[in-house]
Amino acid sequence: ANMKLILIFSALLGASLCLETFVGHQVLRIKTKNEEEVKQLQLLESLEHLELDFWINPSAAALPVDVRIPAVSVQSVKAFLESQGIEYSILIEDLQDVLDKEKQDMAESAQRQRSSTFDFSAYHTLDDINEELDHLASEYSFVEKIQIGESYEKRPLYVLKFSTGGSNRPAIWLDAGIHSREWVTQASALWIANKIASDYGTDASVTSLLDKMDLFLLPVANPDGFVYTHTSNRMWRKTRSKIRGSICVGVDPNRNWDAGFGGPGASSRPCSDSYHGPSANSEVEVKSVVDFIKNHGNFKAFLTLHSYSQLLMYPYGYKCTRPDDYAELDSLGRAAASSIRSLYGTTFQVGTICKTIYQASGGSIDWSYDNGIKYSFALELRDTGRYGFLLPANQIVPTAQETWLGLKTIVEHVRD
Amino acid sequence: ELPPSHFPASRAAAVAVGYLRYLRGGPGRGLDLRALRRARRQDIDDVGHNYYLELELEDILDKDRTVNCTAEVLYHLGSKTSAPDVQVTLQGELWSTEEADKEFYNRIRSLEKELVAENIPDSHGRVPPELEPIRLLAWAASGYVIWQNSTENTKFHLAQVKHVKQVKRSDEDLQFDYVVLLHEMVSQELLPWEVTLLWHPQRGARVARDRRQPRHA
Repeated sequence: ANMKLILIFSALLGASLCLETFVGHQVLRIKTKNEEEVKQLQLLESLEHLELDFWINPSAAALPVDVRIPAVSVQSVKAFLESQGIEYSILIEDLQDVLDKEKQDMAESAQRQRSSTFDFSAYHTLDDINEELDHLASEYSFVEKIQIGESYEKRPLYVLKFSTGGSNRPAIWLDAGIHSREWVTQASALWIANKIASDYGTDASVTSLLDKMDLFLLPVANPDGFVYTHTSNRMWRKTRSKIRGSICVGVDPNRNWDAGFGGPGASSRPCSDSYHGPSANSEVEVKSVVDFIKNHGNFKAFLTLHSYSQLLMYPYGYKCTRPDDYAELDSLGRAAASSIRSLYGTTFQVGTICKTIYQASGGSIDWSYDNGIKYSFALELRDTGRYGFLLPANQIVPTAQETWLGLKTIVEHVRD
Repeated sequence: ELPPSHFPASRAAAVAVGYLRYLRGGPGRGLDLRALRRARRQDIDDVGHNYYLELELEDILDKDRTVNCTAEVLYHLGSKTSAPDVQVTLQGELWSTEEADKEFYNRIRSLEKELVAENIPDSHGRVPPELEPIRLLAWAASGYVIWQNSTENTKFHLAQVKHVKQVKRSDEDLQFDYVVLLHEMVSQELLPWEVTLLWHPQRGARVARDRRQPRHA
């Protein structure tokens, strides 16, 4: 019997290998009947080259012994046990299978957890934002994620469509993040999306709004720039398009619209942060929105979020004359600013772009206004320079809350 | 008379605030504009444009602490190389920061290794509490640069402290070599600027030298 033992042990010795995964590893439960069998298991335990991993060590006859056996040694160990008449059963057929399943379960659970408790008071990556868009679309029947185009670097431009029915109802447009470094805007857009979705059915105003109108929300209008602010340069503003004849990259997407294009307040120098681009709508991020809105044909409001400065502005930027609807837009703007202030006392200045901030050509709300969308407003959110673009994350939700009150005032007027 | 909500007045106000931060800012005092109450402009022949401003300022470390002031900002005619003349009159006393200044001074003087830090605030807007005074001194330093480089066509804010290095000195001043990012609102450019700031609890802040960082391709 001893000779047999030595032979089998040698075989086991020869069979030992160093493995990195647990493919084919088995876990056996060994039921010893007496002290002799316990001793034999303890002998087995002492053979380090076998790399047996005892989950329950052999100690007393009455207690089971659980051991993980590397794949190459499984047959040998089993042969040994059988030759000694030691009883065993297979607890785990293949350990790697179990680990793979566990990993998958954990990933799914983490995903569920992540999506059901999205932290609106933190800044997120593009991937996380897109995941949350998926979550909102799946959780609410009247929310749909649609793709209206692709960025220069081929990232999808995702829009959330809020629609409770009808066919091409009059619609509201809201975008954020056209300038990628203005992080509080993308973050606020997400909070607002969630707010609108969860308020439908409970809040009278939102319910009445979505019962009559559709809302389209583009939370990340410049995804290439946004990714760049995460990976390379937090202060990047423009798109990431290559410019022919220049080493500099990117066009200011809010100087690229077909409204006074190329006029004062935009630069013709590719290296400038307010470079208007080679031609109007040269940027696919802009063109995609233009095409979408034109094809839809029934937008009544065009709202765009920027930061910082706390301003609520209406056209024009490319010229310093007042729009035809000046009186109504100014009055509505002041009402919206008042709503914003009602929450935390945050004051917004109201006026035309040209008078309030600077003359700037090729801007989005000038284009939308000149294309028949009367209620065109651009908001510059918090703050007024104390943190500027680097607004602390704990101000995201307050900013989103107050901004939403302002937007609500505007869309209620549009609705009625 | 100028509407305070329009940019000409708010640009002049930014210059006044920059100037005041340089003059009266410190590791324990950060002044920010709470409101521009009133603004008037006077065009002086052969001289330039003079802005009269009524401002309300607040302490960023204590929002309930405010002070009113009047300021005059004179932009010289046609001059691109001359800084605007600024005068500021505070209506009331500024609160004392003697304790905080002394504590900061002693803390920095007793550092074995020279202080080095970067990205204040960070991408997410965070400022570690122990770096808040360094940030406020950067406000003083950039206040000077903003005052010196402003025109009626610019509006500067300090966007971020990219880098700061303390330089130990044999005299009693603290020295900080900053690289700050200045955001210019009209062009939307981010301008990196090197500023060397000296500070002493009694003598206050002084810019020893400054220059716009040369542009890399």
